[in-house]
Amino acid sequence: MTIWEILGFALLKILVIVSIMLLTVSYLVYFERRISAWAQNRLGPNRVGWEGILQPFADVLKLLLKEDIVPYQANKTIHTLAPIIALFVAFTTYAVIPFGPTINVFDYSIPLVVADVNIGILYVLALTSLGVYAVTFAGWSSGSKYSLLGGIRSSAQMISYEISMGFSIGGVLLLAESLRPLTIVETQGQWLWNAWIQPIGFITFVVSAFAETNRLPFDLPEAEPELVGGFHTEYSSMKFAGFFLAEYANMIVASGLIVTLYLGGYNIPFINIETLGLPAWLPVLIYISAFLFKMAALLFFFIWVRWSIPRFRYDQLMSLGWKVMFPLSLINIIWVAALIMIFNL
Amino acid sequence: MSVKRREKDLTLLEKIYIPEIVKGLSLTLKSMFKPKFTLKYPEEKFIPPASYRGRPVLVQEKDGHERCVACGLCSRVCPSLAIEVQAAETELEKERYPEKFEINMIRCIFCGFCEEVCPEEAIVMSKDYEMAFTNREEAIYGKDKLLVPVEQLQDRIDFLRKYK
Ligand code: SF4
Ligand code: SF4
Repeated sequence: MTIWEILGFALLKILVIVSIMLLTVSYLVYFERRISAWAQNRLGPNRVGWEGILQPFADVLKLLLKEDIVPYQANKTIHTLAPIIALFVAFTTYAVIPFGPTINVFDYSIPLVVADVNIGILYVLALTSLGVYAVTFAGWSSGSKYSLLGGIRSSAQMISYEISMGFSIGGVLLLAESLRPLTIVETQGQWLWNAWIQPIGFITFVVSAFAETNRLPFDLPEAEPELVGGFHTEYSSMKFAGFFLAEYANMIVASGLIVTLYLGGYNIPFINIETLGLPAWLPVLIYISAFLFKMAALLFFFIWVRWSIPRFRYDQLMSLGWKVMFPLSLINIIWVAALIMIFNL
Repeated sequence: MSVKRREKDLTLLEKIYIPEIVKGLSLTLKSMFKPKFTLKYPEEKFIPPASYRGRPVLVQEKDGHERCVACGLCSRVCPSLAIEVQAAETELEKERYPEKFEINMIRCIFCGFCEEVCPEEAIVMSKDYEMAFTNREEAIYGKDKLLVPVEQLQDRIDFLRKYK
């Protein structure tokens, strides 16, 4: 392939993924509201369009029309920069998550991932760490005590949970012997998903992912009863929407990562569709829908947990992170290493 | 720091969290499929029970006259001074009737004192809760809006006879 073809395909993939993500994010907000309502025996937004299906657009329009308020005491540049960082991090992390196997169209072989890099996992870790800056900047630059407290909390929380997250990934890397997401998916195969092989790592990773995305039960940076709105107290209009979108985009990235690392990516158990003799394009579609289905189930899980479990207290959060999650993820590494030793996996 | 014993210490199974979290999750999942309480308001309307205190109305007898004898007690007792009554004489047996009877619905606090004090059971609280105005003049309800036939208020009158 020439450089122009590579660039062209990359651009195409970016366009498709970004637009799909934006749509999914807005509908996630809708489903969050619907599911929360169902869990509380309510109906939720059902007015705009059929069963409220156009609600996300109404929300965005409303947010666009709101006045953009910047507090007098705020540091204007950083105040504006923070939501941009949040969005940037949320949307760029997705680049290395494969959503299907490599396909062959017109003599080109295209991997269904925006950037098929061999250090993909490191890239994800690096970018998610950048996410802390968005929250801390937002908290600090607002010039408000509530925001500052929210920002500080979140930096402490994210740093603590990043450690257990990194160590949980360690187990996956040991098995896959690669940092390349596509290889990790391929080595899991149809059956040997990491979630079965290393359940402890799976649990610690999922819990850390909740903490990293600031979702309940770990949404201390924005704990409403104590911190008003947390780090985005002083944000309004599209800047607030930026944080809002970033939170949901982070959810998508987190569930994409969980699927890739622990749930076998686009693989399907039970059936070997390669041998079914289907037309060439069908298996690819099935693989992609399997991936999307797993992601959707995880996203539902994210929302479901939010409306079931109360928020942690700050000291509980820290002791859970350092005294439980961190040792557990270390145990997981030892477990995986022992497995490799015994079964020569 | 001394460790305070709680009234109920958690068992090991509860301390692991995960079984308890699963319990909580299954509870919310179950309630997702339960019937909903929400009424789709403009289409479905809430029909209040007889004890409901909606907008105060005047009882209109079957012959078309109001029951009110314009004694002015309701206007006197009204804590928010919402009622204005002007009496006039009539040929009917009751001798007096309200020439003008107005309730300012912006002032009314739906306390029901007017209903409680009325000697004639002439002013009662209805089930009507749909009141919306676009200006202040509209909010002053005159006799045209206040008079409601007695059949429609039977529910509330029975309730009052039983419990008042
Ligand atoms: S309900 Fe209370 S406030 Fe309203 S008119 Fe009667 S006495 Fe006055
Ligand atoms: S208390 Fe009853 S009878 Fe007297 S003025 Fe009021 S409504 Fe009429």
